Amino acid sequence: MAVAAKYVGTSVPRKEDPELLTGQAKYTDDFVVPGMLHMIVVRSPFAHARIGSVDVSKALAMDGVVAAFSGEDLAGDWAGPLLMAWAVTDDIHNPPHWPLTKDKARYQGDGVAVVVAESRAAATDGAEAVDVEYQALDAVVDMDAALADGAPLVHEDFGTNASYTWTLTNGEVDKVFAEAPVVVKERYVIQRAIPNAIEPRAILVQPNTAMGDFTMWSATQIPHIVKVAMTLGLGISESKLRVIAPRVGGGFGAKLQVYAEEMLALALAKRLGRPIKWVEERSENYLASHHGRDQIQEVELAADADGRIHGYRMKILANMGGYLMIITPGTPLLGAFLYCGCYGGEAYHFECTGVFTNTTPTDAYRGAGRPEATYAIERAIDALGRRVGKDAIAIRRLNFIPAFNEPTPMPGGLMLDSGDYDATLDQALELIGYDDLRAEQQARRERGDPKQLGIGFSTYLEMCGLAPSRVLSALKYAAGGWDAATIRLSPTGKVTVVVGTSPHGQGHATTFSQIAADDLGISVDDIEVVHGDTMLAPLGMDTYGSRSLAIGGVAVHRAAEKLVAKAKKIAAHELEVAEEDLDYEGGTFSVKGAPDKARTVAALAFSAWTAHNLPDGMEPGFEETAVYDPANFVFPYGAHICAVEVDTETGEVKVAKYVAVDDVGLVINPQIVEGQVVGGVIQGIAEALLEEAVYDENGQLLSSSMTNYEIPAASDVPSITIGRGPGLPSNSNELGVKGVGETGTIASPPAVLNAVIDALSVYGITDIGRPVTPERVWRAIRDAKGGAQ
Amino acid sequence: MIPAAFDYERADSVEAAVQLLSQHGDEAKLLAGGHSLLPLMKLRLARPSVLVDIDRIDGLSSVRDTGDALEIGALARIGDLAEDATLKEHCGILAYACGQVGDPQVRHRATLGGSVSHGDPASDPPSVLLALDATFVARGPGGERTVAASDFFTGLFETALAPDEMLTAVRVPKLGAGSGWSYQKFHRRQIDWALVGVAAVVQRDDGHIGSARIGLTNMGLTPLRAPGVEQALAGADASDAAALASAAEHAPEGTSPPSDTNGSAEYRRELSKVLVRRAVQEALAS
Repeated sequence: MAVAAKYVGTSVPRKEDPELLTGQAKYTDDFVVPGMLHMIVVRSPFAHARIGSVDVSKALAMDGVVAAFSGEDLAGDWAGPLLMAWAVTDDIHNPPHWPLTKDKARYQGDGVAVVVAESRAAATDGAEAVDVEYQALDAVVDMDAALADGAPLVHEDFGTNASYTWTLTNGEVDKVFAEAPVVVKERYVIQRAIPNAIEPRAILVQPNTAMGDFTMWSATQIPHIVKVAMTLGLGISESKLRVIAPRVGGGFGAKLQVYAEEMLALALAKRLGRPIKWVEERSENYLASHHGRDQIQEVELAADADGRIHGYRMKILANMGGYLMIITPGTPLLGAFLYCGCYGGEAYHFECTGVFTNTTPTDAYRGAGRPEATYAIERAIDALGRRVGKDAIAIRRLNFIPAFNEPTPMPGGLMLDSGDYDATLDQALELIGYDDLRAEQQARRERGDPKQLGIGFSTYLEMCGLAPSRVLSALKYAAGGWDAATIRLSPTGKVTVVVGTSPHGQGHATTFSQIAADDLGISVDDIEVVHGDTMLAPLGMDTYGSRSLAIGGVAVHRAAEKLVAKAKKIAAHELEVAEEDLDYEGGTFSVKGAPDKARTVAALAFSAWTAHNLPDGMEPGFEETAVYDPANFVFPYGAHICAVEVDTETGEVKVAKYVAVDDVGLVINPQIVEGQVVGGVIQGIAEALLEEAVYDENGQLLSSSMTNYEIPAASDVPSITIGRGPGLPSNSNELGVKGVGETGTIASPPAVLNAVIDALSVYGITDIGRPVTPERVWRAIRDAKGGAQ
Repeated sequence: MIPAAFDYERADSVEAAVQLLSQHGDEAKLLAGGHSLLPLMKLRLARPSVLVDIDRIDGLSSVRDTGDALEIGALARIGDLAEDATLKEHCGILAYACGQVGDPQVRHRATLGGSVSHGDPASDPPSVLLALDATFVARGPGGERTVAASDFFTGLFETALAPDEMLTAVRVPKLGAGSGWSYQKFHRRQIDWALVGVAAVVQRDDGHIGSARIGLTNMGLTPLRAPGVEQALAGADASDAAALASAAEHAPEGTSPPSDTNGSAEYRRELSKVLVRRAVQEALAS
């Protein structure tokens, strides 16, 4: 920071909280407009079925029902299909994806008709009365089965269920593997996860029929991208559509999406000339909001006899589900460069095949591609350590890229910003009390305690701050990765910061206020942050990929610097000195050697408003915009250590201790960072131990509600001890910030799995499926002991 | 999450409730805490045409000491029972098990009578009441009758209650000196139903087990007793760990546990042995 930090680095209480805690925050479903109709989508109960007739006549005859349509009825309403923005290869199979399907249902929950009524209850009754003729087809759920000859085809036109194969190769991979004395080959399955934001999706569209324009409220992470997608999908002029993301209750990637319901609500508002509201039911969230993860990984490491890694070879199958949504095919690629973790080597190959199945489409879920990569390498390096006789610490230290503070290359081909991987590991070992834990583990082993202890590591590296626009272009992503901020001072020195990021729980209003307050020397209490509205904040690329601070925060800083530069010109003019003769600190310009001659930024804002005495040629007003496109990603890293207690009789796994040391560069608000870390770690522990989307062979989602999709509550999770490591600033941006939104889900699952395997190593167990359910542990032990009795 | 349309009737007395049930037959459902019924209705898996709200009937929420037994009103809240001093003193296992049901919000609304009448084999109180040899008091058009716990649970979500009967009270014996108890609930999350639950009520007799009553949660279509275990434990040396473990091996006999996303039937059978052993050990130590 150019100026003394008063707020940056302190836990300023979240400005968001009073409104949230007193229930005054308005979410999309809180908005009620006159004449509003309610929409319900009729969904296929079959995972794969040909659609015959869709008869809405009974629904239309019901009290309160205003309209009902099939996919065929609305076919003429679309200017284009749902947006798929990441055609990762030139020959990708990208099926058209209409808001309501016309020919086939391709997953359980695929929309086939829509009913609009005067009340939500009437619409629900109406949807029940829609008569759809389904001809059930064989479904394909498993990726290996989907790629086998004769498999049922999700999209017949392609003649295959493979969507694309994308590869990345650095160095002489085959040679390195051929010559390596040690090759470790592992196969991991990353189960499918279902994002669960506390606020389900919700949409309200209000048309102004006289003007032909529309306002859409949507519980989305990406109002700006939704607006573009609606324009493409419905042919409405962008200037006729305003998209507002009001208070949004979580997203985790599932609201980084453009959904059929947004297209439908807008199309019906246009058709019927009345406001349309749709609110997702929780059971719809399970079926019709996108899912995450779901990969089969073949992981190979080539190493010296002592365990130094020289090559990485990864072959991934990624489950796309029934259609490609906004970044479905690109999601695994967000991890493509990171299968080497924070380790060195000369050769790197990554290959990913996207596979269509009769399941809900997958897409970004907190971490998006990077948790999968981290899981692969952090499990595999333990396997390598076992192979060459090194413990989890020694094998990691041997392979860490040495500490650096300048841009440094890594095997996956990226230039890292800053890192000291030994330092975060050292701190994590100290915080968890490593030696005592190992002693306790040994004691339990010796006395044959039914509750065994295991210790697991994850020394992760991730890339975030999505993203340099040129890199996105090279990866064939359709949009840019910049973001924008406008700062405006009122005549009385109050500040409005308008940002293009769109928070849904992250605390942008507080964090960005801290940055602007320090830059301008103004109290955080005098700053309002405006976001999530394409009319008030027209420039922006929204919130995902731990980008908001590393991109949007830098834009705020740059806009503030522009204002300071303008203020300095006015100050020099008023004080009749040269700009070089001014000092600037804490929001005040003073003449060098004559500190009594001074002007504050707030006073200069007033000068800029009156315009009575501005330098010649200067425009009145005090408002500046900065648009920031980063030159590189940022690379948070750290060491997580998990200690688990495994009940060897029941198979129950409890996390006994968890330490997360994350170096996320400069920390603006420690409390917010801690919240992100703890929340993310818990979400990752849940992926390791609890959560799993389970389909039966017919494509029926069995884990279809909160009663059997196991999201943890406070009573199910341990307390997390956190550390910051050396706090090396990023050199990718001038603030020195990295991102923290996803570190927890990226780092934690392999730490937990490695801990379970460590505990079970007394039985010779080296692998177990995830999530580690009690039954999986019980079976692993039973099988290791010699099978069923 | 909007139920199909239904009519709502409120009963201010047991007589009124029985009258409404008689009038509407099996089209009607009683509504007490609503924490089992309403979710089913919202998912439209249950579609009663009439709800008879009994939640505000007076005098059915107390725990009464009747000498050798306690009589618990059917509308007593699960959460209140978990904290009830009389219940804790004389029948601690039921208070404890009530504290294991769902989460605080569920326990504040849910009633013991509702939990029992719902006939869910995965619910905690029924297997405990089975192990306690509880007696259920029901009122119908013909007056009051009592049903032994062993006769009450007749099938999956089915009980001995007739469509026009309402459960009014549950009677449980006081657990005297020399008796110990344990309820072992195994679940993946605190709010979950039990994968398997085991209720053990054990009578100690001079270093031996005089008698043991074992109830099993979620091991079949109804809450179950484990007679094989009970027989093997009767007269066993309380300090003989091998004998207790051997007795526990009988736990899955005659059970038909479900297979679902939380665990297979095979796993549940094995789990029941471990939990029965632990329950008996804890009961003996209590």
